[in-house]
Amino acid sequence: MNELIHGGLYGGMIVGVLMTTTAMALWFERKFAARMQSRLGPTMVGPSGLLQPFADVVKLLQKEDIVPFQADRVLFNLAPPLGAIAAISVAAVIPFSADIIAADLDVGVLYLLAIGALGVLPVFIAGWGSNNKFALLGGMRALAQSVSYEVPLVLAALVPVILTGSMKLSAIVEFQATHHWLVVWPFFLGVPAFIIFMLAMLAEANRIPFDIPEAESELVAGITTEYTGIKFALFYMAEYVHTLVASAVGAALFLGGWDGPFAPGLGWMVAKTLALFGFVYWLRWTLLRFRSDQLMALCWRYLVPAGVVLVAASAVWVVWVG
Amino acid sequence: METPLTPYLPIALVLLIAGGMAVIIPFFTGLLGPKSVNPVKSSTFEGGNIVVGSTRQRFAVKFYVVALLFIVFDVEAVFLYPWAVNFKALGWFGYATMLVFASTLVVALIYIWKKGALSWES
Amino acid sequence: MTALLRRVDPYLKIEAYDPEAELMLLHFGPQHPSTHGVFRMDLYLDGELIVKAVPHCGYLHRAVEKLCEKLAYVQLTPIVDKNDYVAPMTNELALVMAFEALLKQDVPRRARWLRSLFAELQRVASHLLAIGTLAIDLGGALGGGTTVFMHCFRERELILDLFEAVTGSRFHYNTHTIGGNRHDLPEGWAKQAKDAIRVIRERLPEYGALTIENRIFQQRMQKVGVLDGELALELGVTGPNLRASGVDHDLRRDAPYAAYDEVKVNVVTAQTGDCFARAIVRVKEIEESLRLAECFLDGLPEGPINGGKPTKMAVQTKVPVGQTYVGIETPRGELGTWLVADGTHTPYRLKIRPASLHSLSALPYVLPGHTVSDAIAILGSLDPIMGEVDR
Repeated sequence: MNELIHGGLYGGMIVGVLMTTTAMALWFERKFAARMQSRLGPTMVGPSGLLQPFADVVKLLQKEDIVPFQADRVLFNLAPPLGAIAAISVAAVIPFSADIIAADLDVGVLYLLAIGALGVLPVFIAGWGSNNKFALLGGMRALAQSVSYEVPLVLAALVPVILTGSMKLSAIVEFQATHHWLVVWPFFLGVPAFIIFMLAMLAEANRIPFDIPEAESELVAGITTEYTGIKFALFYMAEYVHTLVASAVGAALFLGGWDGPFAPGLGWMVAKTLALFGFVYWLRWTLLRFRSDQLMALCWRYLVPAGVVLVAASAVWVVWVG
Repeated sequence: METPLTPYLPIALVLLIAGGMAVIIPFFTGLLGPKSVNPVKSSTFEGGNIVVGSTRQRFAVKFYVVALLFIVFDVEAVFLYPWAVNFKALGWFGYATMLVFASTLVVALIYIWKKGALSWES
Repeated sequence: MTALLRRVDPYLKIEAYDPEAELMLLHFGPQHPSTHGVFRMDLYLDGELIVKAVPHCGYLHRAVEKLCEKLAYVQLTPIVDKNDYVAPMTNELALVMAFEALLKQDVPRRARWLRSLFAELQRVASHLLAIGTLAIDLGGALGGGTTVFMHCFRERELILDLFEAVTGSRFHYNTHTIGGNRHDLPEGWAKQAKDAIRVIRERLPEYGALTIENRIFQQRMQKVGVLDGELALELGVTGPNLRASGVDHDLRRDAPYAAYDEVKVNVVTAQTGDCFARAIVRVKEIEESLRLAECFLDGLPEGPINGGKPTKMAVQTKVPVGQTYVGIETPRGELGTWLVADGTHTPYRLKIRPASLHSLSALPYVLPGHTVSDAIAILGSLDPIMGEVDR
């Protein structure tokens, strides 16, 4: 019974906090991008436009829900909720501090990789179910991209597992708190693994420069071409949640999670997550996007071999030193 | 009442909460949003033209190659996880065993690279 | 390289293509975010590879040429402003030069220098927009592309402010008239212009860093959409697109008009003929145009700005019977005006030769063999303006 209350409490909290953070992240991104482009960004709704995301949600709720008559109705309606669920449920295993963690699984890393990879299915369902050529091309690209980048992602996440000897996220952070953050020591393994991990996560979350599945300048809006109103918003939200969760996972696996002096653990974790998140947006608003074949070549010709080498090197390091 | 599945309980709850939210929100839009269906509005978008041909057709083979590559490499990579956890106990023997296993992966990568399966340009 | 320079058959019969392949016909546009207006390409796709491309224009047709037959000569300049809506100044110039040629009207030296000055500033503004929209095509409206675009727009604004100070208008300048210019420079304009030129020159390296020096940009653009010089000449492609294909051709130097015979114009060319060459030619032309604009500003002679006789009824200006063709170098290439006059106060026939239409005619040759992503890069690098294509 105790577990039920604990799980329900943290589960509800995580979903609630994640939703609010996503809304705030939207505001932050719009302001950030606007400043980069010498604009003002949202200013009208609330102080400094802080309430703009909520106004957007309310507006999108009032939009007509259009289902094209040629679309596969079941798949078309199924895809957006599935995408949101897949993105949110990854957050259940993230250790926000030493004791704020909804489910401290023994196979935490495996769980988040598995559920994170599920995120591509709703995208492809949407692309196929829309029965639209732009959406189909977007869905195909998303599928190819996500399954390709899954391999370097799995390999990069293997490095902390080897170095710390555990798949439990809290144990990985604990190890870093007692030894060193993995990007600090051994940095020659930690830093490349961290970079590969973040790149692959960006690709999984369809962020620029890897956002070819929805490449709006090529495919109109890719998979979301036919979606209106709140269903479109769910896809949008899933993408943001995915990026946020990816930042949190990156912070936990490589940047020492809640570990840090002076401040409470939760503060450090949030700070690191938001720093990574901000960095993702900095990239997004600076870079152009790759072409799909260049993206695949980058994955298979550079990231996968580099990942294999890193895994082998980490194993040597552990046997030798540890 | 501690069973091996107890740690997964919160995940089930998160799934439930997230799922409930994701299902209820689209339901609200049905209540709040306007409804006016007409054939032009609910036709498939293709730059404002009448759609010619079907989307339900065979697609370029390169995507299937990617899917095959994924299955080969991802499954192999996931096999490395249990090994990684018990790695210290296994020592150099475990390392050598895994090296043999991983080298098949590397050989496969080199093979498909040479075969040209990684050149999507053409 | 030779493989890249192969000729493709733009009239490929789809039945003659591999019958095993299931081709997908994708209508690209007119309602599409990156077709630079309402342009449509019908792409036959084998997977994501383009097998055949059929461009369709005409969605923005406004019957400008027919309208010109119904209006008096002096009423035409504001009409053609809307043709190439990114460079309105040059539209007017091409038109009034044709009228002046038939009227045998002399233009005072100051007016000619002013025209060249405006044309060069307009070229800077237009190329800035071309680079910005190309970046949007490559980077998306919700990404790095917009950052380049917004910054380019910020600088373009400086030039529009300059034009506004002279003509009172930001788009429909209506400043070129038969025999000269309508508006002289206001007090302090030269300093304002100098400042604007300095600011743009200072900021140019920033765009370079975001576009032509960016690795992703280079990978997306290099060896993509190669248009060889010979084919470009056959198709009548002019302007930066032709010069990027290695053909050294620029009307400002080869057939000088306005004040271009009095200054030295350095023509920027590139050899590869790919999208990257077209982008780099545009960036370098901005530098060259800034230099020329400064040159025209410094050497601006004093004197009258209009050599025409003052008339009570300008609308009744009659052009003697005859026909003429005048071509000028706009930011997009050769903008030609072929005027047939029948001695009345309206043209008998006014044919406008837009540069963008000829640029677009290269698409069926260039697109096959590329992916959908490349199609957007190629279209963006050709920098077509649909208002000019369809008229």
